[in-house]
Amino acid sequence: MTKRTFVFAVILIICASFCLSQEKSPSVIAIRGANIIPVVGEDITEGTILIKAGLIEAVGKNIDIPEGAKIIKAEGLFAYPGMIDSSCYLGLQEIGSIRATVDYRETGRFNPQAKTVEALRPDSMHIPIARSNGITTALAAPSGGLISGQSGLIRLVGWTPEEMIIKSSVAMHIQFPSLPRLRRRRETQPREEASKQIQELKEILKQARYYQKRKDVAKKNLGLRLPEFDEKLEFLLPVVNGELPVMISVHAEKDIKAAIKFVKEEKLKAIFYGVTEGWKVAEDIKKSGIPVVFSSLNSVPPKWEDGYDAFYRNPGVLAKAGVKFAFSSGSASLAKDLPYHAAKAAAFGLDKKEALKGVTIYPAQIFGVDKMMGSLEKGKVANIVLADGDMLELRTNIKHVFIDGKEVDISSIYTELLEKFKKR
Amino acid sequence: MKRNTIGFILVVSLVIFSSFSFGQDLLIKNGTILTVTKGTVPKGDILIIKGIIKQIGENIKAPRGVKIIDASGKYVIPGIIDSHTHIALTGTNESAEAITAEVKMRDVLNAEDRSIYTAISGGVTMVHTMHGSGNPIGGENIVIKTKWGKTSEEMIVHDAYRTLKFALGENPKRSNSRTIGTPRYPQSRMGVNAIIRREFLKAKNYMEQWDRYLKAKKSKKSAKNLIAPRKDLRMEQLADMLRGKMIARCHSYRADETLEFIKLSKEFGFKIACFEHVSEAFKIAKELAEEKIGISVFLDNWAYKVEASEGIAYSASYCTKKGVLVSLNSDSGERIRRLFNDAAKAMKYGRLSEEEALKLVTINPAIQLGVEKIAGSLEVGKHGDIAIFNEHPLIAYTHCEKTIIEGEVYFDRTQYLKEREEMEKRKKEEEKKKEKKGGKK
Repeated sequence: MTKRTFVFAVILIICASFCLSQEKSPSVIAIRGANIIPVVGEDITEGTILIKAGLIEAVGKNIDIPEGAKIIKAEGLFAYPGMIDSSCYLGLQEIGSIRATVDYRETGRFNPQAKTVEALRPDSMHIPIARSNGITTALAAPSGGLISGQSGLIRLVGWTPEEMIIKSSVAMHIQFPSLPRLRRRRETQPREEASKQIQELKEILKQARYYQKRKDVAKKNLGLRLPEFDEKLEFLLPVVNGELPVMISVHAEKDIKAAIKFVKEEKLKAIFYGVTEGWKVAEDIKKSGIPVVFSSLNSVPPKWEDGYDAFYRNPGVLAKAGVKFAFSSGSASLAKDLPYHAAKAAAFGLDKKEALKGVTIYPAQIFGVDKMMGSLEKGKVANIVLADGDMLELRTNIKHVFIDGKEVDISSIYTELLEKFKKR
Repeated sequence: MKRNTIGFILVVSLVIFSSFSFGQDLLIKNGTILTVTKGTVPKGDILIIKGIIKQIGENIKAPRGVKIIDASGKYVIPGIIDSHTHIALTGTNESAEAITAEVKMRDVLNAEDRSIYTAISGGVTMVHTMHGSGNPIGGENIVIKTKWGKTSEEMIVHDAYRTLKFALGENPKRSNSRTIGTPRYPQSRMGVNAIIRREFLKAKNYMEQWDRYLKAKKSKKSAKNLIAPRKDLRMEQLADMLRGKMIARCHSYRADETLEFIKLSKEFGFKIACFEHVSEAFKIAKELAEEKIGISVFLDNWAYKVEASEGIAYSASYCTKKGVLVSLNSDSGERIRRLFNDAAKAMKYGRLSEEEALKLVTINPAIQLGVEKIAGSLEVGKHGDIAIFNEHPLIAYTHCEKTIIEGEVYFDRTQYLKEREEMEKRKKEEEKKKEKKGGKK
């Protein structure tokens, strides 16, 4: 090695290490001067949030900012926990009319083996748009058939599916049979009588239990044969063993009642999805203890006599009855609109603070991740949104988004295309 | 006999009176009035006499017998106008053929469509209800007021432009629908452009035939066996386009196809009022502004098909700032009730002011429909078409309280809530009765 190359190498090493150290995020981030809406606990005016190792280290008014901390000046901004979309197709669909880009729906009626997180596209153009509107976590949900598959909880940042997954299996999704159904664009299944289909569901669960029993017995006795491998039953085992909740899509009054009965009889852990006629049976739902994820409120009620605002006031009625609830977008391209479903419910009777909880702490509780997220509290993951106004308000702009304590990019195809054509 | 004749005269005069009278009298008091074109009156009144706004100001006294609405603490805005929808129709697409200019939406108005009620529940008072986008040249559209409970004839707005629907791109080339049998021509953007050109060339030929015939008929040397050309309703419509009696409303998504249509309009000399949806408008804001062609768009509904996959939410405000006349449409019997929410989003995506945002759903669509002299803002002399909101209409937590057309209240949330409560009471009583009966058994 000549002297020259040696010097060059040394310079290179110094430069590289300098660059690397620059890239490393500082150990503490301090969000300073924000009006903090922690969702759980009192609001704090002009407070500070400390982030360390991806977690919220401290939230409060008189907090000392450690030396060397990276300071985010948030004076005049509002700090919220990142929102959670309780059912959507983010990462599972790009363009609605192009089947090649749609991956949340399988053919056939029983698909307990289908997992949305295994079809996740981290580079979906819809993810940065949702993220830049304050949504940091989402339930990527399957659809179609009677048993659609398993949903997964994802963080809205990451280069690979693995980096995005928070919980790979959150619930087994069931489309509860109903007649007549809500108008659906693509109805792939023939309409069979509802009760017959409920029997089918009960039958397959019964088979799964029997399948488990045979496995258990065979384990104890080598002389007995294992049951023949059955994919459907195999993947239903966590459901019948009470390890995996079912998320039941159900809308009409009668169907909700039937679904409550079904859940009770089958002794399932359940979450309801949709529940557009929930206001008619609020007490029954409350008694059942089953939490509810509302589908998009942007639909006209199919029954005229329910009134034009039936979907809008539904959350308010259920909240008053004491039902645990969360909002969802049910979309990919419009997942960004999650906060406006909550606001719409608030325009028709739901308490504003409750509306905010419906996109933060309540979904965290429903999905069993409330120790980790859903509010700005010490020890929770630092999913933080800094907004220039009320996060649920239409005109509000989001200025910074932190996921797991790291500030994420809030540009998107929207801003990229805008900038490109501004140059014209 | 006498009684009968008096009765008859009464009925006849009532019929005559009701058919000639226009609108009602109404005084709206103490509301925050957002006039859209003449600023804000923080606490003011609006007097409507026979359906027309007579006075806007403070402390207006009600003439005798005039109904008063107290709007204290509420927001009063001009009725929302939807520049592109398909409500109140019994059919939207005549898809058997690609060119169906002779079809008229006026002939298929359905006054009982519940979407009309959905519209007024969101403060909408006027809609441009259109032929679908399945054909390169669809049918003639119609502008109606959402007078729920009235006949379709009473809803029609006669002051509006006559408009003909054109469509480009995926829909007319049927790329998202299943084809049974031989596919319909056109199947490409080439074909769509060519078929529109073909029809206008035909129309020109048709007009010339008629001109020649009429000239020949006038001249003294006219032949004895002169035969008039065949009357063709389809060609008559396109001739009206070329005569400037009707203007184009063109469904387009991509920037390129939009520019091509502008070229076509120049080739034949017809006028384009507005492009519909035009997801990529922001790419050609310059041309649209120069040509003074408006756009009627979704604020952020996008990516439902390939040509809509670059429809960024910033487009409406970006084009507004570039000088394009922009309106927000619903294209739906559902979105129609939350157009004010879409307008508010234009403040988020692109930072329009409150006034600019409100214009997108009031005066701008009014100009596009040619009704800016009667609607689209709160000004003396315009129709008393008004929406009252409990909070500022651009706040997410707002809802529409009342929708008024020509001084007559068509939607009243207070009344609705009262009726609902009564209905629920009755239901409960009936259930109790049933229970009692059941108990006796």
